[in-house]
Amino acid sequence: MNSSDESRLAAGLTKLAVKIRPDSMVEGLQRLSGGATQEIWRFELVSGSVRSAMILRRARLGSSDSSGTAGLDIEARLILAADKAGVPVPTVRHVLTPADGLGPGFIMDFIEGETLGGRIAKSDTFAQARKSLSRRCGEILAKVHAIEPAPFPSLRASTPRELLKHWEDTYRSTRWPRPVFVCALRWLEQTCPPPPPRPCMLHGDFRNGNLIIGTDGIRAVLDWELAHLGDPMEDIGWLCVNSWRFGRMDKVVGGFGELADLIAGYQDAGGAPLRIESCKWWEVFGTLRWGVMCATMIQMFRTTDPTVERAAIARRASETEIDLLRLLED
Amino acid sequence: MQDQPAPVEIIKAVAEFIRSVGRREMTPNVAYQARVAANALDLVGRELSLAPGEEVLELERLRAILGRDGTLAELNAAFTEALDRGVLSMSRAEIRDHLWQTTLAKLSVDQPSYSGYLAALKMRRADPQ
Repeated sequence: MNSSDESRLAAGLTKLAVKIRPDSMVEGLQRLSGGATQEIWRFELVSGSVRSAMILRRARLGSSDSSGTAGLDIEARLILAADKAGVPVPTVRHVLTPADGLGPGFIMDFIEGETLGGRIAKSDTFAQARKSLSRRCGEILAKVHAIEPAPFPSLRASTPRELLKHWEDTYRSTRWPRPVFVCALRWLEQTCPPPPPRPCMLHGDFRNGNLIIGTDGIRAVLDWELAHLGDPMEDIGWLCVNSWRFGRMDKVVGGFGELADLIAGYQDAGGAPLRIESCKWWEVFGTLRWGVMCATMIQMFRTTDPTVERAAIARRASETEIDLLRLLED
Repeated sequence: MQDQPAPVEIIKAVAEFIRSVGRREMTPNVAYQARVAANALDLVGRELSLAPGEEVLELERLRAILGRDGTLAELNAAFTEALDRGVLSMSRAEIRDHLWQTTLAKLSVDQPSYSGYLAALKMRRADPQ
């Protein structure tokens, strides 16, 4: 990203601003973060004395979206559907069109709050809020899982065995021997649960780190790009992966709560019956999935994204190996 | 023979420098990247100090399990393939022990403050095999 790209973005947003709110201007454009395929920007929409903070998510310039993600247009439509289903999400203000000249992406409200998982799991600020987070996650997941999948025909439904095959193939593509991953793959194969009777909408990355938290609880669920269809236990197992407990291993759900509270919240919000006995399988699967994701970072580091941050994530694969060993010995 | 300071000492000094600059005068995003960079250098320093000794032990264990000689890369590939085909499995105590030792050694370099690593150390101290 050079300065002429940035000034072109600023000019494009200025033209767009009036579509979101008449007589408004763009100020304070700054890049927040983003990976190899996406950029996240913050800016303020200013009209008279009214200032509103906004977020732009868009495809990174020159990237082709090939990472098995839902795609930015679908992500925007999913957030709108989640909003309607009663899930706390940022309001989507505009979905970019080719006429906007800024590539695929969308603009949504900026929501104030904490997203750093370590602070959410440990800071005194959230001590009170933490007591109800697990239950609230259950209520929210029940609503996510009830979103009608028919309007999203491009989202894939996979059986547990198909998912396992996908991540096994992805592991093999890294061409680096990982004995612990192989032991986990064999265990997962031998204990694989049957396909769910009816695949439902899954967030796909519902974890501590993708939630905006305030002292009042969960303000928004972010990062819908990995949404797909499948077994509701997949989202629950993923939320229990030790990497998202940020040092609070005893708090199984996101480092902040108990599984029983999550299940109670899920059921009270009208969620369909869960096959809770498969929770450990999904936790092992989620741990392996995160491990393989880390292990594939080496390819991006050596090609499209040679940053220190990418290198550091590649070296996080080993944390999942120690968690897998513990889980496999239990 | 190369002169002093040793690579690990220079790396430590560079990491400290990046960390202190990051604390002083950078935007939040760059300060974060500086922290990541300093932590990465710390990792390299730990690898230089710890990995050579650990890899000698890892090679010895693999030779004993597989009953043959080879480089660390060759024996790791052969070991992983044997697990994959089910010829070897975690049901054998020396295989479990090897996986634990090797993984603990990796974590001591990659992330010595990781919760799963600290818990495993505590568990093994309380109940060594």
